[in-house]
Amino acid sequence: MSSPSLVELAEQVCSWAGDDEQVEVYVGRGRETQIRVYEGAVEKLATADSAGVGIRVVRDHRQGFAYAGTLDEAILAETLADARDNAAFGDPDEALGLAIPDGVAVPPLDLFRPGLADFATEAKVDLALELERAVRGADARIVGLEACDYEDGSTETAVVTTTGIRVESAETYCYLSADALATVGDETQTGFWFSLGRQPDELDAAACAAEVAVRATRMLGATKPASARTTVVLDPFVTAQFLGLFGFALSGEQVLKGRSFLADRMGETVGAPVLTLVEDPTNALAMSATGTDGEGLATRRVPLLDAGVLAGFVHDSYTARRLGSASTGSAVRGFSSTPSVGTRALALTPGDRSPEQLLDDVGDGVLIASVAGLHSGVNPVSGDFSTGAEGIRIVGGALTEPLREFTIASTLQRMLADVQAVGNDIAWLPMGAAGVSLVVADVSLSGR
Amino acid sequence: MLDDDLIRRTLATALRTGGDFAEVFVEDKRSSSARLDDGKVEELSSGRDRGAGIRVVVGDTTGFAHTADLSESGLTAAAGAAAAAARGASEGTVVVDLDRSTAPRPNEVRIQPADIAKSAKVALLTRADEAARSTSGAIKQVSARVADSRRRILVANSEGLLTEDDQVRTLLSVMAVAMGDAGMQTGYETVGYTIGWELFDRVDVEEHARTVAQRALTKLAARPAPSGTMPVVIGPGGGGVLFHEACGHGLEADLVGKGASVFAGKVGQLVANPKITLVDDGTMGEEWGCFAVDDEGTPAQRNVLIQDGVLTDFMYDTLRARKEGHRKSGNGRRQSYQHLPMVRMTNTVLLAGDDDPAAILAGTERGVYVANLGGGQVNTATGDFVFGMTEAYLIENGELTEPLREGNLIGNGPKVLESIDAVGTDFAMGHPGMCGKDGQGVPVGDGVPTLRVKELTVGGTAS
Repeated sequence: MSSPSLVELAEQVCSWAGDDEQVEVYVGRGRETQIRVYEGAVEKLATADSAGVGIRVVRDHRQGFAYAGTLDEAILAETLADARDNAAFGDPDEALGLAIPDGVAVPPLDLFRPGLADFATEAKVDLALELERAVRGADARIVGLEACDYEDGSTETAVVTTTGIRVESAETYCYLSADALATVGDETQTGFWFSLGRQPDELDAAACAAEVAVRATRMLGATKPASARTTVVLDPFVTAQFLGLFGFALSGEQVLKGRSFLADRMGETVGAPVLTLVEDPTNALAMSATGTDGEGLATRRVPLLDAGVLAGFVHDSYTARRLGSASTGSAVRGFSSTPSVGTRALALTPGDRSPEQLLDDVGDGVLIASVAGLHSGVNPVSGDFSTGAEGIRIVGGALTEPLREFTIASTLQRMLADVQAVGNDIAWLPMGAAGVSLVVADVSLSGR
Repeated sequence: MLDDDLIRRTLATALRTGGDFAEVFVEDKRSSSARLDDGKVEELSSGRDRGAGIRVVVGDTTGFAHTADLSESGLTAAAGAAAAAARGASEGTVVVDLDRSTAPRPNEVRIQPADIAKSAKVALLTRADEAARSTSGAIKQVSARVADSRRRILVANSEGLLTEDDQVRTLLSVMAVAMGDAGMQTGYETVGYTIGWELFDRVDVEEHARTVAQRALTKLAARPAPSGTMPVVIGPGGGGVLFHEACGHGLEADLVGKGASVFAGKVGQLVANPKITLVDDGTMGEEWGCFAVDDEGTPAQRNVLIQDGVLTDFMYDTLRARKEGHRKSGNGRRQSYQHLPMVRMTNTVLLAGDDDPAAILAGTERGVYVANLGGGQVNTATGDFVFGMTEAYLIENGELTEPLREGNLIGNGPKVLESIDAVGTDFAMGHPGMCGKDGQGVPVGDGVPTLRVKELTVGGTAS
């Protein structure tokens, strides 16, 4: 990528700030490649550079924002003018303001692989084709792939403010993923999986294909179970999705605005003693790791649950000021929006039991292999949730028949208390939380 | 938006490596939104996205590149990158003369939102906040958002097409949180159309906010939804997402073509109760999923997908239509110039039937009445779908009794289509929606009359 550097560009815009205003400039630039193959040939190949700027102006305790999907100099000036004009219309709030350097050092994370740029497009196409062949060859019941993709990108961001913030970061990522169709008779089932890395030689097409094949074929012959209350074992991928929802209730913004069921519970027991949870974007194993947050502060390790006791919330500068706390470096954003508070890399402390041992401990129950519609079936304010699910019945500690077209429901509050065990199989997934097997008792399963 | 000669030169560059189809899609979108939360107008935000996406097709391969630089050098670079990604064996196609065409507009825009003072936008939010809070002391939190956008697009391709569209959208959404003895409950509602600020000549902001507040208050007394299989009556308007998920996605020709739809190979067959006629219609006046031309330049159309229970057709984009020798159906859409188009729904509606809505309810001994559905999701290959109930009531002896807490409904598309045994006369459109597919979101609309599904699985916690 070419000069000027993003930090220089952002500094230039900040230099246009008036004496009576704070200005924050967030700039991002990226390059990405997307490849989809189908039946041995490239179906689509897209390459693109993109860039953008988001400008926040705070004046007289009022905030305005504007963004543009370009770094064109004339438009930068226009965007600053828009943000400044917008600031006249917000309501004044003493706590509004930009981040101020807090002395926490940016953790040295190795998230950028210069080698990504050296991989030829043809080599990337070959990886996707190799994955497609491997999935097709893995099981005779796999009749096709709905999608088989390679994707990578490199992104650079910089945040500069008139309050003394000046940070930049860069990272690369790549992944392979496949969505396969398995058929027996007139029944079709699907399976999806992926392989992640920061440059292509970290990807494992063979392992990805094997997992896709297992997931696509294990649901063949699935039936609808009878309604029951039962113990479930959540697949790591499912656990990660639930943790993401839980993260919403741990956001300082939701606490501040009275939308978190955990708002008044600090220091109290809110979950089972096996639950110790941290938010740690400084762990480079997380695909969502980052050294700086959306306001330019260093990210840090934030304890949230300590053996079931609520130990913390995540904050950005605004919610911290409002609640008399300090930012935890948890501002999340892209260039097209203002920062909001969020979690990026939640992780439960793993237990000492393997997934097989957990099944053994449970005896009879259901392994929840995937959930659908979690976003629509949960109310993170009340904690009620209900989600479509597929899974496999556990009988005497062994996985038996596949089950589909049922829901599981509870409340997040009760589910936290009903967790019986955390597995030892922690897995970093392309989402804001690490996966791990989780045993939850007394869940309502709704079917026939 | 761009000079005709420049477009022609860009298309020629895109076809240099032997492509048999090339397209330039130019977009200039300006958006603005204002948000109120926690009793304060938090901020006004404005945005601009402008650029071009260029694709080249060779056989079954598509090359694509996009740029925010609309100068000749920027477009040439993007055309070259798209061409390099899709190389043909032959000399390639020659660009024919561009023939500028105009599709009829589905509706008029009277007041461009950009002409409205920012102070007036902010004032709406304050009115919504006050109205919701004045409903009851139990309303503890209100957030409201007003947003508008103007998206101008130009599409030109090597077959000589050159057309433009100018799409304006305006919406208001309000959410309220009520606090009761048993915890917090929420109410939510959005109203929006492909029109300008005249939206607020017809929407009573205070009434909208009070409705939202009332929904949250009603739910304070809600009991857990039942669990198990039972009759479900869907209310007019609020349940359109049922068809969007239960069969709409499965009728998209790109998924059908890959064998990833339970409806593949079923055109001409009875797939639903004969009471069902399902239409996808991009020409429905001011509805949220409307446009003059789709993002490939094809005029919006009204496509009958299921007629009296018989599957009549799928929805198509340009590539699928070319491949199968089918007419384009005006369903080629994309999130922005940074995305490739694919087959997408517009406004998906179940036409009114003959049944008396009151009789449908009265004839249901025990079940669930869903006034509003939330988002949903479907696996088109299996037909299994799920969606959330955001406003629902228990039906006992043919009458609505208690409000129910949130839960999901699940079912299987083909089975549900057969299991619908009543379709009311009271058709209504639902809320403006955002449909996600393969990582892209596009605005869609939906609508249904009152209807009953004989058997659907309700995923509550009560036994």
